[in-house]
Amino acid sequence: MSASEDRGGQAFREEALELLDDLENSLLELEENPQDEDLINRVFRAMHTIKGSGAMFGFDDISTFTHEVETVFDLVRGGQMSAGSDLINLTFSARDLILAMLEGREEESEVQAEEIISSLRELSGAVSGEAEEEEKAEEAPEGEKRAPRPEDKIYRVRLCPSPEIFLSGTDPVSLLEELFELGQCRVLMYEKVPPLSEFNPDMCYLSWDIILTTDQDADTVRDVFIFFEEDEASVQEISEDESGDDYKKIGEILIERGDISAEEVQTILKAQKPLGKMLVEAGVISERQVQAALEEQKVGRELSQVRKKSEAVSTTSNIRVAADKLDDLVDLAGQLVIIQSRLSQVARQEQGQILGNIAEELERLSDELRDSTLGIRMLPIGTTFGKFRRLVRDLSQDMGKEIELQTEGAETELDKTVIEKLNDPLVHLLRNSIDHGVEQPAERRAAGKPACGTVTLRATQAGGNVLVEIEDDGKGMDPNKLREKAEGMGLVSSGQELGDREALNLIFHPGFSTAGQVSDVSGRGVGMDVVKKNIESLRGQINIESQPGKGTRISVKLPLTLAIIDGLQVRVQDEFYILPLSNVEECVEIRRGEEENRGKEVVRIREELVPFISLRDSFRISGDTPAIEQVVVTNTDAGRVGVVVDTVIGEHQTVIKSLGRMYKDVPGISGATVKGDGTLALILDISHLIKSMHQKAV
Amino acid sequence: MSKKIMTVDDSASVRQMVAFTLKEEGFEVVEAKDGQDALSKLNSPVDMIVTDLNMPNMDGIELIKNVRAKSDMKFIPIIMLTTESQAEKKTEGKKAGATGWIVKPFKPEQLMSVVKKVLK
Repeated sequence: MSASEDRGGQAFREEALELLDDLENSLLELEENPQDEDLINRVFRAMHTIKGSGAMFGFDDISTFTHEVETVFDLVRGGQMSAGSDLINLTFSARDLILAMLEGREEESEVQAEEIISSLRELSGAVSGEAEEEEKAEEAPEGEKRAPRPEDKIYRVRLCPSPEIFLSGTDPVSLLEELFELGQCRVLMYEKVPPLSEFNPDMCYLSWDIILTTDQDADTVRDVFIFFEEDEASVQEISEDESGDDYKKIGEILIERGDISAEEVQTILKAQKPLGKMLVEAGVISERQVQAALEEQKVGRELSQVRKKSEAVSTTSNIRVAADKLDDLVDLAGQLVIIQSRLSQVARQEQGQILGNIAEELERLSDELRDSTLGIRMLPIGTTFGKFRRLVRDLSQDMGKEIELQTEGAETELDKTVIEKLNDPLVHLLRNSIDHGVEQPAERRAAGKPACGTVTLRATQAGGNVLVEIEDDGKGMDPNKLREKAEGMGLVSSGQELGDREALNLIFHPGFSTAGQVSDVSGRGVGMDVVKKNIESLRGQINIESQPGKGTRISVKLPLTLAIIDGLQVRVQDEFYILPLSNVEECVEIRRGEEENRGKEVVRIREELVPFISLRDSFRISGDTPAIEQVVVTNTDAGRVGVVVDTVIGEHQTVIKSLGRMYKDVPGISGATVKGDGTLALILDISHLIKSMHQKAV
Repeated sequence: MSKKIMTVDDSASVRQMVAFTLKEEGFEVVEAKDGQDALSKLNSPVDMIVTDLNMPNMDGIELIKNVRAKSDMKFIPIIMLTTESQAEKKTEGKKAGATGWIVKPFKPEQLMSVVKKVLK
């Protein structure tokens, strides 16, 4: 396959994926309103497009298969069939199968395709006695007709060469051809052929009216006729002040063209017949002149419509860009931020006024550049909501439950990468809500709740974070039961006091599952611990609130973007580290050498004891411990813990670079960044660092 | 086959400049120093004539009229080289059957754009 074909194939895949998403949504809506013609048409069009472009890019299997579905929906469209639940279900499977074909999962497809096709034919068999061969009449390309563009202008060109034109070595045809090259022409020709006895074959008896639609300026059009006098060839630009839908009235055009006077029009108008006809009848102008004017009117109206349409389109125009190009851009913007902070540092050292000003301006610009670059990557989270609606529909049907998914804040924007990585955890959480949360209808009625349960998927933005919540009105979780189970598993000792919140957090323990038996739905070998890990890898936090009998709410707090964080730069000996500023509460001094602090691993801050770890010890950095150290008090899910360092340098905007594969799983380090002076600093994952220290201690 | 163009001018420098420009563009060029010289060289027809107006022996207008009277060259393009002051000459030339004109002084590019236009 050649490179261009491959690109075409790639474009088709992208387009088809989008169409399939859209199709899924349309089907879900159609299920609720089976009569909606718009929706039926949308389904039909999606299938039609996939079929058509699929065939163009060599996806013959997809094209052939989609044709079958399209045929059925054509019947639905024609009112010969209804969009019943059987058809909807079949179409859902068809949609999934097309997706499988697109993703190259051929092995499943062939048998399934046949099954779906035969079921579809069965469904439609009753009605489709008619032939299905009407597809071939796809619109043939209309020659090379140039479509009008909004920036086009209309020129009125009148060419009345003197009869001797040939004798001056000029061929009018070449002039007309020159006009055709400029743009779209509508040509009307007039002939004034004399009686045969006076006919001279060397003479030209023709003249032309041309309505030229082009984006060229008037001088370029006039240049075609540079060797002509004004009375032989005239070019007139038609002003575009025409307001509203309508191009000028025919009378106005004729007056403007100088074919008749305003008074003549007025006189005729009083007679109240179609104006063009009346003018001709009155002998004021010829039929041809009216024709020319009518032609001009037509062109003008067309253009004004194109202009209007383009206005409507331009307000919502989009460009599709490959994701890796965006990644490159983000990377470049990140590097620019690094260089810029280096420049700022130099400017501060040099203390030069001019350099300082430039550095400041560059800082502002690169900040803006960074923000808008990151902004490009932002997608509304709602793009994934459609998928979840399908999930809830399918699962609740499987389990005999009635569940409605409500979504809120679909427009909330999140980094594309975050949205992608959020998918699996959200699927898992939704499954949990449907499987363990919402009860069977009978059980719900007995508890005095409506039979139909509700699962709410909500996204809201709060500062630099996005909060995604999954809430159900199911049976909730009982902390006591969780405690019992934890004791049974030996996770907690029987005497241990455990608050409700901590009890709920037990479900994040590996292998901890609240359901008596692992069901097919939420089981799948993935536990809540993995969900938590996934969320944390996105530098997010997960929280549970639950009330027995009322329902459960799981909140996931995520950063807007993964590429850049605000960090606190610290130093130990000659090594630099970055702590995520969101984890930092405060910084205090400590003198570990002094009697009262010696040997202890806690520091007293405003009458509160805070445990600490020493970064110097954690990373076994050699050298002398300074007399006065700094404690950076952090707050993570590992609790409130101090991190002892030599010096706190200050806030540092950090572009995160991931470490190579070799260092991916080093506990306590999540990445690295290049500092202003070009040297490296490691970014700390506080929560893991503390946990790994605890493990070592035990 | 390349087109043949005749350049007529009593000034050798202008004639050579026109000839040089046209040859550069791949045309075959016939040079004539006045109208009479031109007519005598037109036994084999050309595709186009670029002529000065003010010339001894036979001027441009007269040449145009003569060419138009020849049956095998009555439709070929003829370009006049005129000066700004000769507005009435322009009209006269047109009447005689000139296709177009180039105002002196002109640059080679101007000449070529006109030649290409009328030879299309």
